[in-house]
Amino acid sequence: MDTMRERFASVAADLLDTDPRVAVVLADISADAFAQARRRHPDRVVNLGIREQLLISVAGGMALAGMRPIAHTFASFLVERPFEQIKLDLTHQGVGAVLVSSGASFDYSASGRTHQSPGDVALLSTLPGWTVQVPGHPDEAGTMLRAAAAGGGLVYLRLSGLANAAPLVGSGEEFTVLRRGTEATIVAVGPLADAVIEAASGMDVTVLYASTVRPFDRHTLRATLGAPVVVLVEPYLAGTSVPEVASALADLPHRVLGLGVSRAELRRYGTPQEHQAAHGLDAASLRERIAGFIDTGVAAETGGPHRLPARSLA
Amino acid sequence: MTDVSTAPTYSYADLPDLMAMMTGDEKHDLAAESTLDVLWVLYDRVLRLSPATADAESRDRFYLSKGHGPMAFYAILTAKGFIEPDALPGYGRFDSVLGQHPDRNLVPGAEISSGSLGHGLPLAVGTALGLRALGLTQDRVFVLTGDGELDEGSGHEAIAFAGRAGLEALHCVVVDNSSASYGWPGGIETRFAAEGWSAVRVSGRDHDALEAALTAPHPGRPHAVVAVI
Repeated sequence: MDTMRERFASVAADLLDTDPRVAVVLADISADAFAQARRRHPDRVVNLGIREQLLISVAGGMALAGMRPIAHTFASFLVERPFEQIKLDLTHQGVGAVLVSSGASFDYSASGRTHQSPGDVALLSTLPGWTVQVPGHPDEAGTMLRAAAAGGGLVYLRLSGLANAAPLVGSGEEFTVLRRGTEATIVAVGPLADAVIEAASGMDVTVLYASTVRPFDRHTLRATLGAPVVVLVEPYLAGTSVPEVASALADLPHRVLGLGVSRAELRRYGTPQEHQAAHGLDAASLRERIAGFIDTGVAAETGGPHRLPARSLA
Repeated sequence: MTDVSTAPTYSYADLPDLMAMMTGDEKHDLAAESTLDVLWVLYDRVLRLSPATADAESRDRFYLSKGHGPMAFYAILTAKGFIEPDALPGYGRFDSVLGQHPDRNLVPGAEISSGSLGHGLPLAVGTALGLRALGLTQDRVFVLTGDGELDEGSGHEAIAFAGRAGLEALHCVVVDNSSASYGWPGGIETRFAAEGWSAVRVSGRDHDALEAALTAPHPGRPHAVVAVI
């Protein structure tokens, strides 16, 4: 199976062949993967060099000319570094574009904080009009990219090296009901679905799978709600979608727990799996935290850097 | 859309009156606006752009990057039939479309929303690339910036890439009124020339010199006109 990033390159190359308004804009990252497509479409595969402010602005300017730009680099340099360009050169101009990131929260676990972007979805949540998609499988990523390119709006596609074993949904914006239960609803986002399914084994809970998180499918959450107890499991900054749940359940006394990547810096290297566990997002940690919250209402502090032993060169 | 065949025609001499409708200021102060002459020359002599063609796919584009103090821009859009004169007195008010920075979604004829510095030239690079990809080889993009605005690093990402990409459709007018806190030793045009642009320096008040500079051929390269005030 190819990775989401490899699927992005192959699907985008196909879109370049079939849709004359599609352009791919790069800032060195993944340029090799588009070398062949660039030879076929030299005016529509543009590598700007290491210029991420220009990456977003060029997408905006291409859209003003009538193109459908797809801009891509690592999430930290696509969303966080040029955030004002996203706010002004895309959203405020009123044009559409597709932003496709790779790297996610800790794909580059050994590269450290500079290459990790747990805050990207929270940042984009401050802007109106964005569709934010977090595929859990390369098949989902490909389907979402085709739909995004065919549309005209603002779409953020957040690719990750972490993936579920099988696709769970097409490109729809509605949540998928994986299991029904009565004591709580767990919303599993993108590539954390497999861990959530394992963690919830034997629990009397509803499990919803979310690969589109903006707009947030409040209708399905509400329509499938048993006890008004909701646990969000997001592969980016913990609590990012808690306000969405709070709005969906505003007229109900409810409890909500937002699990995800810790705000505190980990300052550790190693593998993505080690980071997933360190943030309390592996199946065993999730099971403990979810069960504890359902039973006692207490959010157990399993994850986060404060749990790790201190290190020192001394 | 304004029907230009019946609209009153305005000349350069009418611009201070139109600007005074927005500000209530003395007309002779308004004539000193740094962008007035270059904007007039662009809209009166250079741009292939009118209210009738404002939505055409094939046309010239003008991006006002230096969006602060847009009275001269609004006055010229009025003179050229994009804006109705009766919109001018509302300038800056809650229910007006004319803000202290232009919003392309509100102002007829404003092709980008600007105000935050350092966005217009990078956007124009994208549009020039888009026009090239769409085969619209007759269309040009003109962007107006300033020597102070070029303090922003984003402009230099755009200058370097556009030069190397040979974006002939791209034209950058830099109004140089010595407002950059630390200046540009050797002249701001040298930054463009070093990156492969065609670059000239002219008086920002001399209409014939501006027209000649803005329309000078520059095959295979983007073109910068530094208009000195």
